Amino acid sequence: MSLLYFPGCTLKNKARNFDASTLEVFSALGVELAELERWNCCGTVFSMADDDLMLQLAPLRNLLRAEQQGGGELLVPCSMCYNTLRRAQRFAAADPERLGRIRDFMYDEPSAYRGDVEVRHPLAYLRDRVGLERVKQAVERPLGGLRLGAYYGCLLLRPSELAVDDPARPRVMEDLIAALGAEPVEFGQRAECCGAYQTLSWRAVTLRRTYEILGSACAAGARALLTSCPLCAYNLDQMQREAVKSYPDLCAMPVLYFTELMVIAMGLGWKPEWSALHEVDPQPVLDAAGA
Amino acid sequence: MATEDKLVTIHVMGEAFRVPEGSTIMTALEYAGFQLTTGVGCREGFCGACGTLYREAGDYKIKGGLACQTVVTDGMHLAQIPFVPAAKPVYDIEALSPDEEAIKRIYPEVFRCVACSTCTKICPQDIQVMDYVQCLMRGDIAQAANISFDCLRCGLCGLRCPAEIVQYNAATLARRLYGRYLARPSERLERRVEAIARGDYDAQLDELQGLDADALKKRYYDREIKTK
Repeated sequence: MSLLYFPGCTLKNKARNFDASTLEVFSALGVELAELERWNCCGTVFSMADDDLMLQLAPLRNLLRAEQQGGGELLVPCSMCYNTLRRAQRFAAADPERLGRIRDFMYDEPSAYRGDVEVRHPLAYLRDRVGLERVKQAVERPLGGLRLGAYYGCLLLRPSELAVDDPARPRVMEDLIAALGAEPVEFGQRAECCGAYQTLSWRAVTLRRTYEILGSACAAGARALLTSCPLCAYNLDQMQREAVKSYPDLCAMPVLYFTELMVIAMGLGWKPEWSALHEVDPQPVLDAAGA
Repeated sequence: MATEDKLVTIHVMGEAFRVPEGSTIMTALEYAGFQLTTGVGCREGFCGACGTLYREAGDYKIKGGLACQTVVTDGMHLAQIPFVPAAKPVYDIEALSPDEEAIKRIYPEVFRCVACSTCTKICPQDIQVMDYVQCLMRGDIAQAANISFDCLRCGLCGLRCPAEIVQYNAATLARRLYGRYLARPSERLERRVEAIARGDYDAQLDELQGLDADALKKRYYDREIKTK
């Protein structure tokens, strides 16, 4: 079967490994992802200014593109894109008057936005549509009980209306880790903020978040972290080199996209160029699978 | 010669003129007595020098067109935009890479795009301007070069952009990056350039230069055309 797929900008450059691994994993599970044609930036961070409709154009235009290309479900792996698209969808559904003004502005589109596309995150799709049992069956190189922490951050869980799982006690990523033959470890900071874009304006705040999140995962016994957010990956992985200067006892560990872990466990072939996109070498995770 | 019943009224920067129906804006301006020294170029829709903003009777929308390609309508208001004082940074193409980092360095304002599509709405070439801006944001230089290929650099997109992006200059950078780093090298072209440099065609060229016009024409029309 075929499913519409929205990669988002970062998956086309700094997180190419997230894009490629998502495509590989879904293909191996019998779901061919069809990249949305003429997609644009998701809008990057949902706008909380409810009178600035201009900032809703980017996410809603993507949803309109999905409608124009058959509609149904739209798979969005990046946590930021997922969050922005879902919230824009809710914003439009809840406010017909404002949606009317947005439609008027988009008069050059061949059809008007109706709001009948469902934005889905791969974690929820794997759980609800594919089934984690089927994922388990596809595992060729079980991860030998490697202890892994699932890092949700903010955007997969908040606001609660769009959470991919119970926002207070999520378990979908832990269940996936277990299905892949690794051991999930829960840690206190798994749903805390990574510091997000403070990394650009107030670096010290993000470095402290990096230190604390990694420390929390380390204390629980995790040897690597999983994420679905390129911004979290930047703050938790790329920032480790800088964070260790402020925090010499920082617990260094690799940070992988959950689809990368699936590629490893399903024996789909890790691409050497993906390693170069990681700051901390993910080799220990590959070793655990004998890959 | 046009007769009175085939004239329409246009308003050039507010002043009314009677001009022949069916003429282009450029022809109409000259009919009305303007001597065009700027805002005019090839007159064939290829150079982009004659960007014009206009509004048609009964419509509130300001549209963009090329004066040499857009036909006047009765009641049209217009103003030519012969020059756009847009930023055009100088850069060393050898110091850039064909990705989003090059765009960030030279045209960082590109990343302010909110996907409003105002640029696409005004483009007289019907280019999906917003789509190539989005390609620039994600570093798809090849696709940006491809979509923007027909751009004439009239500048109307940049004038309308609420994010103050200079789309057409950023697209020019994309096409240069494409040409420098991404375009597949043409082996046949390189071989031919080598042969020319070696002097393989010097004798033939000398012979052609010695022919008179009639002999040249005959050669031209009798030439063998290779088809695939």
